[in-house]
Amino acid sequence: MRGPLIRGNGWKWLLCAPALTVLLLAASGPLLIVLVYSFLSPGNMGGVVWEFSTEGWFRVFFRRDIFEPDLVTLNHAHLTVFWRSIWLSFQTTLICALLGFPTAWFIATRPPNTRTVWLFLITIPFWTNLLIRTFAIQEVIRNNGTINTVLLRLGVIDSPIQMMFTDFAVLLGMAYVFLPLMVLPLYAAMDKMDFRLVEAGYDLYASRLMVLWHVILPQVKPGFIAGSILVFIPAIGAYVTPRVLGGGRTMMLGNLIALQFGQGRNWPLGAALAMLMLIVVVGALIVYLRALGRMEGERRG
Amino acid sequence: MKRTLAMAAMALTGSTALAHAEGVVNLYNWGNYTSPELLERFTEETGITVTVTDFDSNDTALARIRQGGHGFDIVVPSDTYIQTWISEGLFQPLDPEIVTDRGNIDPVFVDVPFDPGREYTVPWAWGTTGVIVDTSVYGGDINTIGVIIDPPAELQGRINVIPEMSDVMAMAIYYHGGDRCTTDRDVLRAVRDTLMDAKPHWLALDYGAVDSYVAGDFAAGIYWNGASMRVRLQNDSFAYGYPETGYPLWMDNAAVLADAPNRDNAMQFINFILRPENAALISNFARYSNGIAGSDAYMDEVMRDAPEINVPAELAAAGRWGVACPQEVNDIHTQIWTELMQ
Repeated sequence: MRGPLIRGNGWKWLLCAPALTVLLLAASGPLLIVLVYSFLSPGNMGGVVWEFSTEGWFRVFFRRDIFEPDLVTLNHAHLTVFWRSIWLSFQTTLICALLGFPTAWFIATRPPNTRTVWLFLITIPFWTNLLIRTFAIQEVIRNNGTINTVLLRLGVIDSPIQMMFTDFAVLLGMAYVFLPLMVLPLYAAMDKMDFRLVEAGYDLYASRLMVLWHVILPQVKPGFIAGSILVFIPAIGAYVTPRVLGGGRTMMLGNLIALQFGQGRNWPLGAALAMLMLIVVVGALIVYLRALGRMEGERRG
Repeated sequence: MKRTLAMAAMALTGSTALAHAEGVVNLYNWGNYTSPELLERFTEETGITVTVTDFDSNDTALARIRQGGHGFDIVVPSDTYIQTWISEGLFQPLDPEIVTDRGNIDPVFVDVPFDPGREYTVPWAWGTTGVIVDTSVYGGDINTIGVIIDPPAELQGRINVIPEMSDVMAMAIYYHGGDRCTTDRDVLRAVRDTLMDAKPHWLALDYGAVDSYVAGDFAAGIYWNGASMRVRLQNDSFAYGYPETGYPLWMDNAAVLADAPNRDNAMQFINFILRPENAALISNFARYSNGIAGSDAYMDEVMRDAPEINVPAELAAAGRWGVACPQEVNDIHTQIWTELMQ
């Protein structure tokens, strides 16, 4: 009896084969093309020529002086953009976590029948196009925008504060756009939290801070992890927000890659930068999850 | 009864077949550039409907058409790109049987370097790239690129530069006395140093919507003449300057794609925009000149005497057409540009 049964099970997975094939091709196909392109030579006015070259990857990290080709230095410009992307994304994640925690807490402590309404309100910004939301921020912070007009009228400042086209503008825009992505997983984690443990903490004479630190935070940690991943990864590749609020001067990785595929007309360099971004994101994820796993292990041990 | 039904069906299919014969033409053009009135008139006259799809840069348009399978009939790229399009066989020659009004093109624009004799393309619109300055902020001479690349204190930190490599590089090279595609290392080095020194004074490198100037986000910038005119109409402290050391002339040109599915309709459309009264519609909408002789008579009053549209005689000679530079020169430009943009 066991023989045919196993054989039957062995074949059954083949029924998934069409779906698996599509997934494999759709997920890895475009990535493979990008990988291959990063090792080719740039074509005239965009595109690629089928000649093997490592120049694209070389130029990600180094630059040859335009007028003395033998003079090779580290490509500070690219490294600056990389650093800015990672640093801004990190700050965005932090701001979202700081603002998202109280928001999620507020929702989770409402009576169950009103929670849906609050959640619904959180998701409303998603109904509006990202570009529109970004332009709305622009209206608020531009030189004769809401904030500057009010401050000028009140006599707090004499001349408008330059907020547009700065790192601050990009950070503000990203934090605003990505905040719901932090609130929702945090809420999900709090929803499952056992509030009796909080009461138990107080019964055992724990201060508010101790309860927060030793009882609540460990329980909602999965929410922080999921939220951080959901915010950090799209933030590092953000394109629209830095483009509109950064004014093309303060580029992030997404803009640098777009530049190479557009006006820079260097598709291999663009492809290499895109692959590198992928590597950075995957690397960051692995390090992050490993570190968390270890902490978890120590706690249990 | 059956016969009547069959005949009705035949009549129905007959009429749809007719509609198909009239057909469509698919236009691939810059965004916010095509006059809706122009399209309505064309449909009224020929029964052919026009669909419009936008692109936002020459590079986008070229990349998309190269991929094939686009379904477009007509595309409107800029002069510097035309040679690439022609040499890659992406255009087909204009059909002299249908495109009969080529004589309407202003003689100045017939033997252009990018398409001598106008075998493939016809003018859509042309203009200049110059500088726009808020004269209430800075009162000095504005017919110089110096206000951007060596800005006076009043303008520092309030400048926007369009992120168009060819325009910005050209103006900086002319400033240092070079030719558009010069290989003179000293000139190119000076260009790079000037631009790198100027960049800290620039607030943004953005296409900068008209409203950003009107709203006072920017006090000066490198900008196109038609867009500058739109700014002035909303805020008359802005003025447009033509750098006397040299400024780029540009022209967007309509051409029929080699694999156009509606070739004959496309040729008809090309001929349609060669007529002065139709070309004037393009100008009235986009606020640029069009290169068709006699179209001035049909243009709006505000266009006819606008300082942005009518180049002052003493500065006309400083306007220069773009050329596609050899690959090794373009490489140097790209490197300088990349250094600047990051």
